[in-house]
Amino acid sequence: MSDKKYSKKHEWVSLEGEIATVGITKHATELLGDIVFVEVPEAGKTVEKENQAAVVESTKAASDVYSPITGEVIEGNKLIVDNPSSVNSDPEGTSWFFKIKIKDKNEFDLLMSKAEYEKYVEENPS
Amino acid sequence: MNVQKTALYNYHKSLGAKFVSFAGYSMPIQYKEGIVKEHLSTRANAGFFDVSHMGQFFLEGDTSLTKALEKIIPADLNTLKLNHSKYSFLLNKDGGIIDDLIITRTQKGFSIILNASCKENDIKQISKFLDDTHKYFLKSDLSLIALQGPKAAEILEKLILGISNLKFMTGNNFTFEGTNLYITRSGYTGEDGFEISIPNNKVEKLIDLLIANKVKPVGLGARDTLRLEAGLCLYGHDLNEKINPVEANLKWAIAKKRKEEGGFNGWEKIKNLLTSGSQKIRVGILPEGKVIARENTKIFSPDNEEIGYVTSGTFGPSVNAPVAMGYVSPKFGEIGTIIKLEIRGKKYSGKVSKLPFYKKNYIK
Repeated sequence: MSDKKYSKKHEWVSLEGEIATVGITKHATELLGDIVFVEVPEAGKTVEKENQAAVVESTKAASDVYSPITGEVIEGNKLIVDNPSSVNSDPEGTSWFFKIKIKDKNEFDLLMSKAEYEKYVEENPS
Repeated sequence: MNVQKTALYNYHKSLGAKFVSFAGYSMPIQYKEGIVKEHLSTRANAGFFDVSHMGQFFLEGDTSLTKALEKIIPADLNTLKLNHSKYSFLLNKDGGIIDDLIITRTQKGFSIILNASCKENDIKQISKFLDDTHKYFLKSDLSLIALQGPKAAEILEKLILGISNLKFMTGNNFTFEGTNLYITRSGYTGEDGFEISIPNNKVEKLIDLLIANKVKPVGLGARDTLRLEAGLCLYGHDLNEKINPVEANLKWAIAKKRKEEGGFNGWEKIKNLLTSGSQKIRVGILPEGKVIARENTKIFSPDNEEIGYVTSGTFGPSVNAPVAMGYVSPKFGEIGTIIKLEIRGKKYSGKVSKLPFYKKNYIK
């Protein structure tokens, strides 16, 4: 059973064992608008907690996607690179950004729960 | 400075607009459906745009007014017929573009549509050439609505009789709900369409009727993707005071007679550039793949020599690919030239493309 947590920068992380899947939240896609370009990290690359790991661009602007956790990239999702608008249609399902092998589960535990994230979004709408 | 609002501000709110601050105005960047859908529905059907932030500037005077304006505007205003419009610019002494504009001959003189961010300075610059016999005023009791798209004429004809007889780049007076409106057949999207100058107290009624006829609201976001696909410049990005019409590849907008006779700001400079060529030239750019080359992206030659920069770049929903415009050294300006674009520290391939990216559909 995987466990799902959220960051203040609007990423979600779902953890199964030591493998974390990272994507952007539905709320993030609503803020971004139509997504037209995505860049994901290559396998083997190390991503650091709260550092830039991927790129997402809407018709309006380019934004960085941060990794909420430190780890080594296992896979970047090529499907969203080929079809960026799929991030708008299924941001928290098939349109994940990358999978990493995490180093420290504490980093995951410190992230927000779904309820905490929803409250955070309500208090910080944009 | 207080943020200004157009007469339709609350209406936009009720339509679910997201607002952005633009040229001192709070303007809708998009509505509920988003930029891509707004863009595509304009190209397929019709969309309306509130462009009331733009300056509706009126000048009155005799032939001395025409002479005065020709000192700063390189269009052939002397032979411009009543109700005919031209795309032109205000030029500074060095031939740099102070603003780009549409000027129309009216009964009493001229009307000019000015960019919102430039309008105050424009009027200051124009007034330097005017005298006491000339009257000029900016009308803030008028809204300006652009209706754009292949169905624009068919839809507007239902509301305003006779509108479909207007030729492209001409205007006339029409009656709507007992009120006189000035409407031109023009726009900035690469589609057929109209710009409707309407009193603020009638504009909501017009929008009600447009919406009842299935016209979608379109925000500044899609206005930008539409104009970029159509190869049209956005002042403050693709044009500024340090860029002249030759560099901007807009020398077609300088009247032939004016090129020969001169007598306008920056003519000496422009005349020289017309013979000897400029140091840079505005071109269309198609990045390879899906990567978007945004404003200020550096452009390199295949051997990594820096040759220019991007001034506008986005994803073109109708082209279904990224599109951009920018300035390059003229030897790299040929259509099809391979270039490199530096994006987030990485170089991506692209090529110089013809403009527009999307074929125009104007009624002549």
